[in-house]
Order: sequence, then C-alpha cells, then structure tokens
Amino acid sequence: MPTFAPLARTALLCTAALLGNTARADEVLVAVAANFAGPLAALAEGFTAATGHTLKASAGATGKFYSQIASGAPFQVLLAADDETPRRLVAEGHAVAGSQFTYAIGVLVLWSAQAGMVDDQGAVLAGGRFARLAVANPKLAPYGAAAMEVLKARGLADALAPRLVTAESIAQAYQFVATGNAELGFVALSQVAVPGRPPTGSHWKVPASLHGEIRQDAVLLKPGAQSAAASALLSYLKSPAARKLIQAWGYGA
Amino acid sequence: MDAATWTVVRLTAELAALSTTLLLLLGTPLAWWLARTASPAKPLLAALVAMPLVLPPSVLGFYLLLLMGPQGPVGQFTQWLGLGRLPFTFSGLVVASVIYSMPFVVQPLQQAFEAIPERTLEAAATLRAGPLDRFFTIALPLARPGLVTASVLGFAHTVGEFGVVLMIGGNIPGQTRVLSVALFEHVEAAEFAAAHRLAAGMLGFALVVLVLLHLANRSARGARAA
Repeated sequence: MPTFAPLARTALLCTAALLGNTARADEVLVAVAANFAGPLAALAEGFTAATGHTLKASAGATGKFYSQIASGAPFQVLLAADDETPRRLVAEGHAVAGSQFTYAIGVLVLWSAQAGMVDDQGAVLAGGRFARLAVANPKLAPYGAAAMEVLKARGLADALAPRLVTAESIAQAYQFVATGNAELGFVALSQVAVPGRPPTGSHWKVPASLHGEIRQDAVLLKPGAQSAAASALLSYLKSPAARKLIQAWGYGA
Repeated sequence: MDAATWTVVRLTAELAALSTTLLLLLGTPLAWWLARTASPAKPLLAALVAMPLVLPPSVLGFYLLLLMGPQGPVGQFTQWLGLGRLPFTFSGLVVASVIYSMPFVVQPLQQAFEAIPERTLEAAATLRAGPLDRFFTIALPLARPGLVTASVLGFAHTVGEFGVVLMIGGNIPGQTRVLSVALFEHVEAAEFAAAHRLAAGMLGFALVVLVLLHLANRSARGARAA
C-alpha cells in the first residue's frame, strides 16, 4: 500500500507531537470540590498569567473523588471540601506526604431563592413556611455534615427530618434551591455570593460556632508528584493574590 | 438483610411494579395505534416515545426538575390540583419512570402487533367481531410474547433507572431512595461491602430476568410453531 505509507507517517508524527505536548505537562489536572469550582475558575486566569501553566478542573463531591483517586484516577491535585480526605489519601499512599495545607475555610449559609424568605438569624428554620430543606449528603459532603450539626445545635434535627432532601453534593443542593423545588437549603457562601454579581434570594450566614470548622485542604496527588504545573498551582494558592481572591469569594482564609 | 436495605429493595420493587402497570395501560393502546395507523403524526409520536433511548437521563432529570418545580407548568398544575409538587416524592419517581421506560414497553408491543397479519383481523371482522372484540380476543393473545417482553423490560429498566432518580429524587429513605441511588451512595462513601451486596444482587436479578425472558419467548415461539 504505497499511498498509505506517507499518510500513516504523518498521522504518527502528529500523534507524537500531541503526546510530546502533554508530556511537557504545562497543564495540571485538578479535582475540585463543587463549592470551590467558581473561585478556581477565577483563579485560573491569574495562575496562567503568573506561571505560564494552565489548569483543567473537574468539579464534584469530595467523597466521589476519594473513590476515584483510590482507583487510580489521573488527577494531579485535589482541592477537597474537607481536611479528612487529603489526610486519608496521604496515609494510603495516594498523595504526597507533607503537601497538604488548608487553602480555604468554608462558610455555610442557609439560602433561599426567594427574597425575604431567610432572616439574618435563621429563625425561618423553626417556622413552617417551607416544605423542603435541601442539604448535601452528610455522609459524603462536609457542608452537609456541618448543616446537620447546625440543625442539632438548634434542636431541630428530628423535627425537620421529614422535610429534608439530600443532594449528592453541595452543587446539587444549590440546584434544588435555585429551581425552587426546595424553598431552603444549606449551601456554601461561595455559591450565593459570587463577586461582581448581585446576590439572589436571601441567605443567613451561619455562625461558625454552630458547626465544626470546614477546613478545605489541598493535596498533591501521586500522578502530579513530578509535575511542575501541579507544584506551581499549590504554591500559587498560597500567594497573596490568590488568598485575596479566595476571601473575596466568601471563604475564611 | 438489615431494615434499611429491606426498605430500599421494597421501595424499588413497588416503584417498578406500579410503573410497569401504568406503562402497560398507557403503552398498549399507544403501541396498537402506532402499529396500525397511517397517520402523518406517526413518525413524530414514534420518535417521542423513543427519545429516552437516545437522550442521557440527565436531560430528562433536568427538565423534569424544572417542569415539575414551583415555576414549571406541570408543577403549577399539580399544585392547582392540590397534589403538591412532584420532585422528591414517590409519585414523582413514578411519573419519571413511566416516561423513561416507555420505549422499552411500547416498542416490543408495537412489533408484536405489527406481526399480526391484517388478514387475521379482517377474517374476524367478517365474523362480525367489533374492533374492541378483535383487539382483546385476537390481537392481545397473539401479541403475548411481546406483552411478556414489554412487562419484563419495563420492570427491569425501572429497577435499573439511576440518573433521573438521582436528579429529582432527593435520596429520601422510604420515599425516593431506590436501589441504584443507595448503591451510588455506598460507593461514594467507600462502603464497598454494602455496595457489593446491592450490586451483586442487582447483577443476579438482571441475569435471572433476562434468562427467564429468553426462555419464555422461546417456549412461546415453540408453541406457535407446533
């Protein structure tokens, strides 16, 4: 097949060129907790400007990422919604020891898509003006666990149990409330207070005293151990510019 | 099996049984009409029925969430009827399952009806059998293998439904927490032993159902050939 030989060679060269590009690893593959997807997208610009590297993010529930990473997912950096998952990944040898640090402290809010529904004390929880309260699954999502602690602290956990709907992640909890299917929901402040956009509906910033601190930790995963872009991202998250932006998105830092 | 698992299994079976019953009641006349009609609306209707086969469940879940929500037309209608809203309820899952499993019931039935020779029905008509009579005494018995396939696939597909339930269910024990969602949660929480129990159970169930279906259809074909 003489006519096919040059074609095949070209195809091979193209493939080699593509592979060569990815092997130079200017791109870091990040698994990011759903609540931090927005801020990370905003951070990506500054990261590329400062380091020349780019990042590619997959957003999801931290529990899901744990299962995937433990099964060999190619993520290079995990920006978790808790500090437990990174610790566990380090202990089990899926992440690089000593690379873990807190990049953000989560702020929980009780949110409704309706203006004036949620008061600034969260008293609406004790009333009967809502049929559904959305929380992220407390087994899978730290914000969900924090939300359940708030209900317990207020002595409402049993009374509200029939009205709870459980979302698989904080992103789905937001979606249940945004579509009005749940009148109320516990979500992350970063989801409702997007910089440069007027806040929608009404929300109550839950005092941190009502629940355990939501420490969101970052960790370098084994597939990223040799990647310059992955290390650069972790350093960038500690930079003053990044800290400022993370705070602007409603995180304690 | 612990109580929670039992609740999940029972709820799933109830959902599948109720959905299959409704699917047969709605799907049989629809399949009969599709098999016999020369209407120009047929391609459109056939395509609508087949849509869940090609669309990702998330598309259906997303639109159901919007349509059945407080601002959606279906949501406003159910609220006007005093039924409340459908997302996060068992009834909502039934509605979603009926839509989602429709092609699995209508298509085998339609094929079975189409396989009945026009002459057979005409012969019955000359014996003064009315349309309803012809349908119940001739078409339905002749379409029995299709009916069996439709029931089994409708049931099994509802048991296996996941994406739609995840999007509109809200994972409420005893109401919307069905097998596939419970399994998903176990996997996410790295409770692999519990996940294995459910997953292996569903694997076995699917295998048994499909083998039985195969045997039933073979014996039906054998009976007709004899």
